[in-house]
Amino acid sequence: MATLTRTDVLKEAQTHYCPGCGHGITHRLVAEVINELGIRERTIGTAPVGCAVLMYDYLNCDMIECAHGRPPAVATGIKRMLPDRIVFTYQGDGDLAAIGTAETIHAANRGENITVIFVNNAIYGMTGGQMAPTTLTGMVSTTSQDGRGQHGEGPPLKVCELLSALDGVCYLERTAVSTPKDVNATKRAIKKAFQNQIDGRGFSLVEVLSMCPTDWKMSTAKAVSFVNDEMKKVFQLGVYKDTVS
Amino acid sequence: MANKILLKGNEVMSEAAIQAGCRFFAGYPITPQNEVPEYMSKRMPEVGGVFVQAESELAAINMVFGASATGTRCMTSSSSPGISLKQEGISYIAGAELPCVIANVQRGGPGLGNIRASQGDYFQAVKGGGHGDYHLIVLSPSTLPELYTLTMNAFDWADYYRNPVMILGDGILGQMAEPVEILPYEPILDLPKKDFVLDGCKGRQPRVVKTLVLKPADGLIAHNEHLQAKYKRIESELSLCEEYETADAEIFVSAFGITGRIAKGAVRLAREKGIAVGLIRPITLWPFPKEPFALAAETARQILVVEMNFGQMIEDVQLASKCACPVEFLGKGGGWYPTEEIILEKIESMAASSVSAAKGNK
Repeated sequence: MATLTRTDVLKEAQTHYCPGCGHGITHRLVAEVINELGIRERTIGTAPVGCAVLMYDYLNCDMIECAHGRPPAVATGIKRMLPDRIVFTYQGDGDLAAIGTAETIHAANRGENITVIFVNNAIYGMTGGQMAPTTLTGMVSTTSQDGRGQHGEGPPLKVCELLSALDGVCYLERTAVSTPKDVNATKRAIKKAFQNQIDGRGFSLVEVLSMCPTDWKMSTAKAVSFVNDEMKKVFQLGVYKDTVS
Repeated sequence: MANKILLKGNEVMSEAAIQAGCRFFAGYPITPQNEVPEYMSKRMPEVGGVFVQAESELAAINMVFGASATGTRCMTSSSSPGISLKQEGISYIAGAELPCVIANVQRGGPGLGNIRASQGDYFQAVKGGGHGDYHLIVLSPSTLPELYTLTMNAFDWADYYRNPVMILGDGILGQMAEPVEILPYEPILDLPKKDFVLDGCKGRQPRVVKTLVLKPADGLIAHNEHLQAKYKRIESELSLCEEYETADAEIFVSAFGITGRIAKGAVRLAREKGIAVGLIRPITLWPFPKEPFALAAETARQILVVEMNFGQMIEDVQLASKCACPVEFLGKGGGWYPTEEIILEKIESMAASSVSAAKGNK
């Protein structure tokens, strides 16, 4: 029987994430992949602005904290100077798909050989539940109190669909962390996204649909159902681009 | 002098950076600095370096942030509107104490302004520019040989103090051509080992480069006090200016950058007419060379500040001279530049007024 132990890539630390948040699971998956690929001592991670800004408190590897939305640019500077190191960004929806849209699209289109972990929980978590670029139509947030779409907010931005049009991109997959099966699929996708970089194949991005019970104002169980029943309908899971297989 | 070649200012600055070991450059097109990214795009691959044409100034400065964290000597350049965009990243780089060089080939503002030379970004450069309490080391060359030397020095000061350094040029300096001797780089300082470098934590504890300080509660105060102590140290160690004909001067002219060069010509002409006038040309704009002004103010009848703006450095001159003598101003922004004759005329009228004032006192 398998026992669950902490991988060495995760530090011993008390989590600051809320109960039912998906970041803890995703952090662990990134750490397990780095451990299994044996790349901890040549990995440099970038932390975003948002709930995951403190990612360096948990990950036991070199890390750099970036301005909001700029991780793909910072990662470009690092990777270009250290092409044999493994460089990843870990970004939320506000960071990657709103303030950092230009950095995301252009790093992808240049085919930067980096790995992007994109956590989509359809809300600005750290600032207290404002509308994100990925907030669902009709979804209430502190800045879309009548539900998104009533006052010219537009529909949610679909990052994998958008990036799939770019020739420079190697691999795009959307997964979730709302069921054990989804967690396993996410780990497989993250591992592939890192392996692609090790193999020098270029820009890989895994979009992870994740729970935010606190800012969704739901119980942890209900938040899981919201991902499974609502988010997956709008953000369909699957591989959007794969130039490897 | 075998290696003396004719280059434009923007190319001089680029080649100096290459000679100084700059191996990463990210930039974005904007006039009048386009020759910098153009030159770098060709030269960087030749020396095994990296050139990236970024999608924006924001991206360019953040690429520099990343490259600097790897221990690479790195640089970005732009002109006024683009420098405004870079301020976010400059604040982070200053806060994280990473070395880099940023060139501002100034043009007219505010807004899109025009593409003529200007010195309207003095305040932005020396007083901060981005958010938070920080300082850039700001250098102001007035000739292309000086631009060449100062650009090489900029990389040393950036590494030595772990601080971003700005070269504050302008459209004239960037676009004009002058013969420059391409001298090999020699470090001017005993440079410290870079112990902040992120290159994977093989054989050591992981490192974090960051600017967020939440814990302990007074951690950010302590970090800021550490930065301020560094700035005090830089102020005590680094202060450069050129003094010309100041020994017996009664009128002091002060101007920086290309304006300083024109003012020097005007001082020369005024001396030929027998006027006791001298020039103080600050080369470091931050730290500002205060002492020459404090000294001058003890004997000067008047000080004249000339700038291609509506009066920015004059505030530092007034502070440094402790308002001990009258400080006059000659300048305009938006594309105006002084000639030696315009400055000479002003010097002559000041000399005449101080003579009549002296007579009146008798």
